[in-house]
Amino acid sequence: MTTTETMPTFVPQFDTDVSKRKLAIICSKGTLDMAYPGLVLANAALGEGIETHLFFTFWGFEMINKKTMHDLKFTLLGNPATHMPQGLGGLPWMTAMATSKLKKSIADVGVPEVPEFLEQIVASGGHLWACRMSADMNHLTKEDLYDEVEGIISAADFIDKTEGAQLLFI
Amino acid sequence: MTVTTIDGHQIHVDAEGFLTDNQEWDDKLATALAAAIGIELTEAHWKAIRFLREDYARQGETATIRRVSTVGGIPIKELFVLFPQKPAKKMAYVAGLPKPHGCV
Repeated sequence: MTTTETMPTFVPQFDTDVSKRKLAIICSKGTLDMAYPGLVLANAALGEGIETHLFFTFWGFEMINKKTMHDLKFTLLGNPATHMPQGLGGLPWMTAMATSKLKKSIADVGVPEVPEFLEQIVASGGHLWACRMSADMNHLTKEDLYDEVEGIISAADFIDKTEGAQLLFI
Repeated sequence: MTVTTIDGHQIHVDAEGFLTDNQEWDDKLATALAAAIGIELTEAHWKAIRFLREDYARQGETATIRRVSTVGGIPIKELFVLFPQKPAKKMAYVAGLPKPHGCV
C-alpha cells in the first residue's frame, strides 16, 4: 500500500551548493574507447552546473589534434575484455573493423563522435586545455589543435586553475 | 508519493519534487513550476517545453539536452541561458516530466 504524504510547497532545490563544485578531468589516452569516459563525465558534470576543466596530455592529444581527432581507433590488442583471441587483433583491417563497430554502437545510443562531443562540451561551458610538455614533445602549436582549446598550459598552471576541484585521471 | 501545492495547484510529485501525474500538467502549472525555480517563461522557454512534451509523448522518455538541441533545434548554449546551471532537469521539471535518464 502506498501512503500519500502532503507537503505544503515542495520544490526541487536545483541551485543548492552547485557553485561550490568543480571537476578536473585529465585525458591521457588516445584510443576511441578511452576518449569517451572523460567526455561523458564532463558533459554530465556540466549539465549539473559544475565548473568543468579537461586537460589533454600525452596520447590524450589525439582527441584535440585536428589531424587525428576525427579518426581515433579502437583495437582488440591488449584488451582481453573484448573476449576475442588476441591473435585476431593483429590481422590486417581488424582495427578498422573493430573501430567501425564501436563507432556504430556509440552512434546507436545517440552519442556524438569526439569532435562534435567536444563542441557540445564547450557549448555547455566546459574548458579545454592542452598540456605544454606534450605539445613541445610533438612540436605542436595552438594552430594544430581544435580551435576551442583555450590554451597550451603547464602542469603547474593546470593545478593552479583547478584549485579545490575533484579530479579524474583517465 | 507526495502531494504538494504550488501556487494553488495541487500536484503529485516524486521524492525530488518532479510531477508524477502527466495529466495534472497544463500551461498554467508550467508557469507556476517555472516561477517556483526562479524562471519567468518567455516564448523561447515555451519552445523548449513544447518540444519536450511532444518528444515525451512520442518516445516515452524525457529528451536529454543533446536531443533538445539536435532534434528540437535549440542550441545548447541557449538552453544554458534559458534554464541556467541544470537545463535538462529544469526543463523536465517545468514540462512536468521525469528527469532524463540518458547519459548524453
